[in-house]
Amino acid sequence: MINGNEIIQTIKMIKDQHLDIRTITLHISLFDCIDKDKNKTAENVYNKLMKTAKNLKKTADIISAKYGIPIVNKRLSVTPISLIGASSGGYKEIAIAMDKAAKENEIDFIGGYTALVQKSMTPFEREFIETIPEVLATTERVCSSVNVGSTRAGINMDAVALMGKIVKETARLTKDSDSLGCAKLVIFANAVEDNPFMAGSFNGVGEGDIVVNVGISGPGVVKAALSEVKDADCGKMSEVIKNTAFKITRMGELVGREAAKMLGAQFGIVDLSLAPTPVRGDSVAEVLEEMGLSTVGTHGTTACLAMLNDAVKKGGTMASSHIGGLSGAFIPVSEDIGMINAVKRGALSMDKLEAMTSVCSVGLDMIAVPGSTSAETVSAIIADEAAIGVINNKTTAVRIIPVCGKETGEVNFGGLLGFAPILPLGNGNADKFISRGGRIPAPIHSYKN
Amino acid sequence: MRAIVSVIGKDRTGIIAKVATALYELSVNIEDISQTVMQNEYFTMIMMVGLSDEANIKDIDASLQKVASELGVEIRIQHEDIFNLMHRV
Repeated sequence: MINGNEIIQTIKMIKDQHLDIRTITLHISLFDCIDKDKNKTAENVYNKLMKTAKNLKKTADIISAKYGIPIVNKRLSVTPISLIGASSGGYKEIAIAMDKAAKENEIDFIGGYTALVQKSMTPFEREFIETIPEVLATTERVCSSVNVGSTRAGINMDAVALMGKIVKETARLTKDSDSLGCAKLVIFANAVEDNPFMAGSFNGVGEGDIVVNVGISGPGVVKAALSEVKDADCGKMSEVIKNTAFKITRMGELVGREAAKMLGAQFGIVDLSLAPTPVRGDSVAEVLEEMGLSTVGTHGTTACLAMLNDAVKKGGTMASSHIGGLSGAFIPVSEDIGMINAVKRGALSMDKLEAMTSVCSVGLDMIAVPGSTSAETVSAIIADEAAIGVINNKTTAVRIIPVCGKETGEVNFGGLLGFAPILPLGNGNADKFISRGGRIPAPIHSYKN
Repeated sequence: MRAIVSVIGKDRTGIIAKVATALYELSVNIEDISQTVMQNEYFTMIMMVGLSDEANIKDIDASLQKVASELGVEIRIQHEDIFNLMHRV
């Protein structure tokens, strides 16, 4: 029998601590849509998305009412379009079809405008990548990602060099909206195939036809739980985080299974990622500060984040057999009020953020940098981040916004994407290194067979 | 199926009467009820209710929200599974 305190605890988590299902993401395979004709391929994609996604919003609304839990985003994620459009070359036509289907089904974002080029790039993949800036500038809801490295393959430095230029071009084409296009573009190392969070979501080639993956959040809940054990040692803090992660994950699994059943889809995974929003009380930085830091970004931040990320994963794996995606703690700057304030105070630098990405669940995320940043420097940042991921056998990513025409000040991306002060970068350059191209070989510990 | 109806807010006369009447009119059976001030913060009433499997929680919730605004309290109805799963291994 459930007791009253537990009921009140759950209600407080939802009501006061911003606990929510961050996203129900329907992952859809598009392999059966491929045609030699580009318009026919786009039409097939549109038809399949309309058919499979038509009940997503309604299903989410029903589940939300049944359990009294907010479901913030309804999203779609598809097979990498670099593969689906290879035969016809109609990448842009497919993107337009994706955007249209998303709008008509009231879907927030659709991910999968993706290429996986961690080892090498085929000519059609290069052609695909070159369409990314225009697609991000002309569509509203399409999100793009490119995987440039993996622990098994090493780092494709030709792709890294190209992506620096692609980020810059995307920034230029979306200049009027503070280079917002870059917020929809993620460059990965060790990308995962079942991540429900945007902008880096795609349906991997090893995934099923129609799969429901659920992303849940809850930094506010973890902070509230930690605030009740003010004098606890680190072992006890870790235990509290684990317990909280367990509860949140169970809720995610319940929603995921029910959504899959209602949509006639497979249930995939729960991704328990502490994902902040720009609202006070829903911040990963505030969790770290609750652990005993005067400000996020100070010495000790990396250790706190490492413990948080690990405890979240442990609680999650206890709660569900199917934990996946990126599961851990996200540290986007513009989407987290605590991070924004730390940057404004001068307490959080690019260097510290990079260190934090070696222990968080993803990487350098939603960071606005000066518009004068060169393509080579963007590539160098991507290379550093990929190196952290490849060597440490974890996913890393870069989502930075070189704000076209701005060097200092603040940019506002709106909604969940938040706002951010422009962060200064270091001196010097890696132009010669980036121009070398080629491939950084896979690390020694990848040879496990 | 069973659900939990929770009422949270400031005490006043007629809360139980009005909520119980509304549930009766919606053909929802009250199986268990407890009322207390919890964590020194909330006046709380929790009811375990039974409803037919075909019942539409969204519609029931809409009716309860009218009562909630009349009484100036918060009323929620949530399927019991969310509590069972979150708090039990």
